[in-house]
Amino acid sequence: MIELFSQINGAVSSFFQINTYLQGVIIMMCINIIAVLGMSVLTGFTRLFSFGNAGFMSIGAYTAAILTVQFKVNFIFAIIAGALFAGFIAYLLGSITLKLKGDYFLITCLGFGECVRVLFNYMKGTTGGSAGYPGIPPYSTMLFCVICTVLAFFIAWRFIHSKYGRNLTSIRENEMAAEAVGINAFRFKRMSFTFSAIYAGWAGALYAGYLMYIVPNSFNLAKSCELITTTVIGGLGSLTGSVFGAIIVTVLPEAFRALANYRMLLYGLAVILIIMFRPSGLYGYKEFSLKRFIKGIINLPQNAKLFWERITGKNKIKANKGDNGND
Amino acid sequence: MTNTNSPVLEMQNVDKHFGGVHAINDFSVKIERGKIHGLIGPNGAGKTTIFNNITGIYAPDSGKIFFMENDITKTTPHKVAQLGIGRTFQNIRLFSNLSVVDNVIIASNMDAKYNMPQAIFKTAKYKKLEAYLREEAMDLLGFVGLSDKANERASSLPYGHQRKLEIARAMALKPKLLLLDEPAAGMNAEESLDLVQFVKEIKSHFDITILMIEHHMDVVTNLCDHCTVLNFGKTIAVGTPAEIKSNPEVIKAYLGGDE
Ligand SMILES: Nc1ncnc2c1ncn2[C@@H]1O[C@H](COP(=O)(O)OP(=O)(O)OP(=O)(O)O)[C@@H](O)[C@H]1O
Ligand SMILES: [Mg+2]
Repeated sequence: MIELFSQINGAVSSFFQINTYLQGVIIMMCINIIAVLGMSVLTGFTRLFSFGNAGFMSIGAYTAAILTVQFKVNFIFAIIAGALFAGFIAYLLGSITLKLKGDYFLITCLGFGECVRVLFNYMKGTTGGSAGYPGIPPYSTMLFCVICTVLAFFIAWRFIHSKYGRNLTSIRENEMAAEAVGINAFRFKRMSFTFSAIYAGWAGALYAGYLMYIVPNSFNLAKSCELITTTVIGGLGSLTGSVFGAIIVTVLPEAFRALANYRMLLYGLAVILIIMFRPSGLYGYKEFSLKRFIKGIINLPQNAKLFWERITGKNKIKANKGDNGND
Repeated sequence: MTNTNSPVLEMQNVDKHFGGVHAINDFSVKIERGKIHGLIGPNGAGKTTIFNNITGIYAPDSGKIFFMENDITKTTPHKVAQLGIGRTFQNIRLFSNLSVVDNVIIASNMDAKYNMPQAIFKTAKYKKLEAYLREEAMDLLGFVGLSDKANERASSLPYGHQRKLEIARAMALKPKLLLLDEPAAGMNAEESLDLVQFVKEIKSHFDITILMIEHHMDVVTNLCDHCTVLNFGKTIAVGTPAEIKSNPEVIKAYLGGDE
């Protein structure tokens, strides 16, 4: 199975003349896109912030790694199991924490992510501890990762554009009003959280099959923060925005290798700039549409002028007012 | 299923405290099917708190609440809505960043009877249901006169239209009881006359029972079959609008208050 995929992958990449380095970049891009899509559903569409999604990536990665190495499970089933197991843990965690008010959820997620990391470092017998888990079969070929990404985007898109996505969005917009039209906010928040964890687990499982060797510390708090900032940069409430965000965040550091050490600094800077000039992100609350894009290109001079006016503050957009009041 | 004489909503001796504030004091009411019942009283009298107790945002400290003979005293907000009580909020609560039509479609989520795989594969059933929900939402928007605004952002609507949209959204639940919290707030005399007409149309068109909080006495007189007057959580008068207006207690409460 793996051989089959890597042979096709070899054929495809030699046809398009994609070298190994570029394949690696594309694979990392795919992994990031999948994890960020999950984050996007959670943060962009439900307005829940999780600083623990690297923990779910870790769970997905280790589950898939152990299943393929120790139990010789077919990698596709191992990836599915990793993703579902991460989702299952999120379901349990969400059942406990999502009944609490907003901030507690955020803090427990943060704690959870760190717990997973410490636990996997500690469980030397099963995970290899901080020495890492080696020998994972290289199942994450470029072709396979691209297929996964397309599938992940397709599912997320259909999910968001059905009643499920609408219900999540209504919670983001006004939880009390959502309840008043019969939406069980707790249940849908948990669904959103589970969805994001399944995607994180999926991404983690692919990550394991790409690096063939994983350590618990790759899935630390910084990774969780990176997922959130990427979602914010891409734009809240937009799946296409999240894809762009993930591509930018993967490709830019590669393009500016020399600056790689300043990655977190640059993320911070990007987030501050975006919050200042474009509070809803690159594609906030809008999906990319080819038609609009072409129109935009045609009207480029005019749009550039508008954009400049917005940056210089001559044409201020209204910021969203917070939700308060108890009736 | 329910006998026609039984009240749609019945509250028995409901009490609610917030710390030292006795927000509702021994409140009882019976609302018959097809009636419009008014809830009036000065600021802070406890009117909104009564709505919040009915809809499960708060649970009463003591007392019972029945909706069509079901005990809903401790029921959660979404369950109350699912049972058939729609409401609007005193300070409008729309899904502001969403389109007008989506605001209404979201409220019909209980009629969207498809599951996740059907949504992901866009089966025939899914497409049919979604098309039907959209059509129904457009009908409702047509009814409240917002068809041409369907694709605008809810927050971009003028105030009066936002109020109407909020009512349309509540109606998309197909409720049997509609709770309106100061629907005429911030409206001038002409606009509130419009509103009276609008509420009458809704009532006859949808065959619904209404409990409304209202400050404007002319709106109350024009619409309500019965009223309850509250002051500091206590019921000070019950009766038809005409009876209420001549009640000395009521006159005193209003003159003493800031109305
Ligand atoms: N969540 C709460 N916490 C504490 N006190 C509250 C809360 N909700 C209402 N109250 C208090 O209960 C009393 C009744 O408030 P309520 O909002 O029901 O009044 P109202 O009759 O709707 O007045 P208004 O005409 O101003 O809307 C007030 O004294 C208010 O301060
Ligand atoms: Mg009130």
